Amino acid sequence: MKGSSVVVFVMRRFAVAIPLLLIISFGVFALVHIAPGDPVRSLLGARASDPATLAAIRERYHLNDPLLVQYFKWLSQVVQGDLGVSIQGNRAVTSTIADRLPVTVFLSLMSTVLVLGVGIALGAVAAFRRGTRLDRAVVMFGVVGISSPAFVTGIFLLYVFGSLLHWFPIFGPGTGFLDRAWHLTLPALALAISVMAIVVKITRAAMIEELDRDYVTFARARGLSSRRIAFAYVLRNALIPVVTAAGLIVVGIVAGAIYVEVTFSLPGLGALTVDAVQKRDIPTIQGTTLLFSVFVVLVNLAIDVIYTLIDPRIRFGRVES
Amino acid sequence: MNTAVARAGQEGPLLTVEGLAISHGAVPITTSLSIVVERGETIAIVGESGSGKSLTARAIAGILPPGINAAGAVTLDGMPLMRLAERELRKIRGFRVSMLMQDPFTMLNPLLRSGDHIDEMLRGRPDFASRAARAAEVKRRLAEVGIVDEDVARRMPFQLSGGMCQRVALAAALARDPELLIADEPSTALDVTTQAEIIRLLRRVQRERHMSLILITHNLRLAFSTCERIYVLYAGSLLEVGDGAAVERQPFHPYTLGLLLSEPPADIRVPRLVAIRGSVPRAADVIDRCGFADRCDWAKQICRASKPPLAARDASRFTACVRQDEIQGELDALRTAALSAAPITLRRDETEGPLVRVDALVKTFVGPRGRAIRAVKDVSLRIMPGESVGLVGESGSGKTTLGRCLVGLETPTAGDIRINGLAAADFGAMAKADRARVRQTIQMIFQDPYSTLNPRHSVGQALSEALGASAGATGPATPERIATLLAEVGLSAAYATRRPASLSGGERQRVAIARALAVKPAILVCDEPVSALDVSVQAQVLNLFKRLQAEHGLSYLFITHDLAVVRQIAERIYVLYLGEIVEEGPTERVIGDPKHPYTRRLIESIPRSANQDAP
Repeated sequence: MKGSSVVVFVMRRFAVAIPLLLIISFGVFALVHIAPGDPVRSLLGARASDPATLAAIRERYHLNDPLLVQYFKWLSQVVQGDLGVSIQGNRAVTSTIADRLPVTVFLSLMSTVLVLGVGIALGAVAAFRRGTRLDRAVVMFGVVGISSPAFVTGIFLLYVFGSLLHWFPIFGPGTGFLDRAWHLTLPALALAISVMAIVVKITRAAMIEELDRDYVTFARARGLSSRRIAFAYVLRNALIPVVTAAGLIVVGIVAGAIYVEVTFSLPGLGALTVDAVQKRDIPTIQGTTLLFSVFVVLVNLAIDVIYTLIDPRIRFGRVES
Repeated sequence: MNTAVARAGQEGPLLTVEGLAISHGAVPITTSLSIVVERGETIAIVGESGSGKSLTARAIAGILPPGINAAGAVTLDGMPLMRLAERELRKIRGFRVSMLMQDPFTMLNPLLRSGDHIDEMLRGRPDFASRAARAAEVKRRLAEVGIVDEDVARRMPFQLSGGMCQRVALAAALARDPELLIADEPSTALDVTTQAEIIRLLRRVQRERHMSLILITHNLRLAFSTCERIYVLYAGSLLEVGDGAAVERQPFHPYTLGLLLSEPPADIRVPRLVAIRGSVPRAADVIDRCGFADRCDWAKQICRASKPPLAARDASRFTACVRQDEIQGELDALRTAALSAAPITLRRDETEGPLVRVDALVKTFVGPRGRAIRAVKDVSLRIMPGESVGLVGESGSGKTTLGRCLVGLETPTAGDIRINGLAAADFGAMAKADRARVRQTIQMIFQDPYSTLNPRHSVGQALSEALGASAGATGPATPERIATLLAEVGLSAAYATRRPASLSGGERQRVAIARALAVKPAILVCDEPVSALDVSVQAQVLNLFKRLQAEHGLSYLFITHDLAVVRQIAERIYVLYLGEIVEEGPTERVIGDPKHPYTRRLIESIPRSANQDAP
């Protein structure tokens, strides 16, 4: 009963996501045509423009077909995992992305864990110690973090912990799990600090609100342990708004990864995108943009599902108002 | 009184509160309260809003909100609770002192199944170590509070009705078998019939467990019918303490008497309720005098010289009125006069056609997942010019929807509404002139006046806007017309410059009434207009409604759940149950001799004390 309703809900949300993905894919596809100049020239890049190459490109990208036909042909290629060929190295875009993906995924995951873990903990501590110096210090830290861009924080961290203290490496992605984690600590931290304030603020506000609730007072009046109240009552209820914001935060982290990868010279997707934009490498831009967009849609879908799992009011649907 | 069931043979009262003074920073909220609760005894702390009764309850349980401090001594069975550390207090809460709160919908954790609220109280006890043992105990505890449907334990709080939630909460509060339960307005947020059930349940559980009970309430009648001793709290000080029956028979304090008389009787209709003028002051403003002096007809210099202490008048009675012995005769006389007032009967000319005619009205809403919810099913009613009609029902009866259909806030799904002969079922389909005419005929008063007044507009602005919309309005409303309108509802012209936030609940409702009167309507639809008000203020507003009806020949459709209120104001009643009218007729007959079982249940749920039951 309960399981099936969740499945139905997920299917329904999925059905809504599909048209959205189609619209996005069309936008990405249209990049070739929106870019100034002849699409063939854009796709040609630095190669010599002899008629044979031009014809090959027209054939490869179906540029002789009507626009919609072009789109569907392109889409079916994309679905089969063919994102075209990068104009720079004549390499398949998918394999370039596959090379760069692990660093970005590692960085974003590490950063997300830091933001949610440390952010929620700080927010909770601030709420429980509301009005104290600790509370003000936490809030202040958040404000400083959010008002300095990730690349500024990154350079600062690099200088202090990399150059001055030599605690962390200042360059490269590292190999193997531990080495990579060690190499990516500073970038992940820089990324995390820039969005952590949102989590801290939302958690703090939600917890303060929860602490005032009747059911918390009632739980205290019944003599429940402070741990039980803090976790099962205050934190669990306060997490609902935090989860809502988590979707935005994860997306923000992935977007912020672009700056951080450039700042720390990491060979990730962000650096790849920046590079592709500078070189007007449209197939690569299409590939990374599409990947980011699908990711954003999927994150939102995941958040909606998590949301129904923690808030039974949505799962069961209110019986009455 | 205390029988052999008393626990472990301790001596003396279970709870003693001495000199409890609660304050918010430097602002006093209560002044030096003293309360004694014997083992197995039921006491009531009665007070209107702002009396400090809820904070007193929370101070006893040691769970005051942050920023609120308490001084004095709370002693439970010889233990000084206020000197115990939080960790020690946690061993007392739940096990010895527990609390039940007002709003059933906010008291339970929305993310926990209702059974888990009881389950979590049992964890950590060796005999309930296994999940199965706890489940069996949860079932037993729910059965104690009258829930036999085992499925309830698995449901989420939002899937339960208010009465059910309150029962689950009671079971959770009692799960560690406390010796003292503090119930803070446990029935106020519930429907009338559910209220009576919850109070009966509380009394049964209290008797069976031989538990002490502190009932916090604003309802004097409920206190008399439930409790052995009564503490009357007003603006942070106790004004009268005594045996419930004795206080009801002969109140010693003018405030207690005023409260008793303000409460509209359900059994007779009085020409005029004895209202207490003004509204409840803040405790901080009356710190050095009798808190009630400004509203008291007997106040003299001595009442304002200093705060009169609670003084013993006989073995079990205390009053804070310094003039009690001088004025007792007058108090008694007033009581007798108010009670013996002859019921009034209104006669009217029946030749005119009805002012409002509703025929076979149906309103269907689309609920979640497209389900149709029939809020009003086939309702027909008539309101004659100058007639005051009561529409009685509980939440979910469709009474508010019906009222909103009449003033065009909802469009009925089917059926006909005629106001002054004009078809007014669908405001959107009416000609502009007709719509204006209907709006000038029928106006609405809402339960919460605050949310219907723009907080940025002064009272004068609100009224002049309404005056501008009235028939034949030429030019802006003059200050004179605003003053006349304010005078109509018993407010001085100075109120025109004030904003809603600076008004009391009663004053806001008066302003809302004045605004409705600005267009000189023939009928007011009043949706629970006094249920959010304190008892003493409620009587003033009811008197105002009566006066306006007499002076202007106004008609009312009085939508309410409160039979006592409807008894005072309505000549005829329609009883609405689940969207249908189940009974109608003259007020006297419907209340005196109800025919439908639902009407009978409504009437039985009015709290009655032992005194009233006697012939």
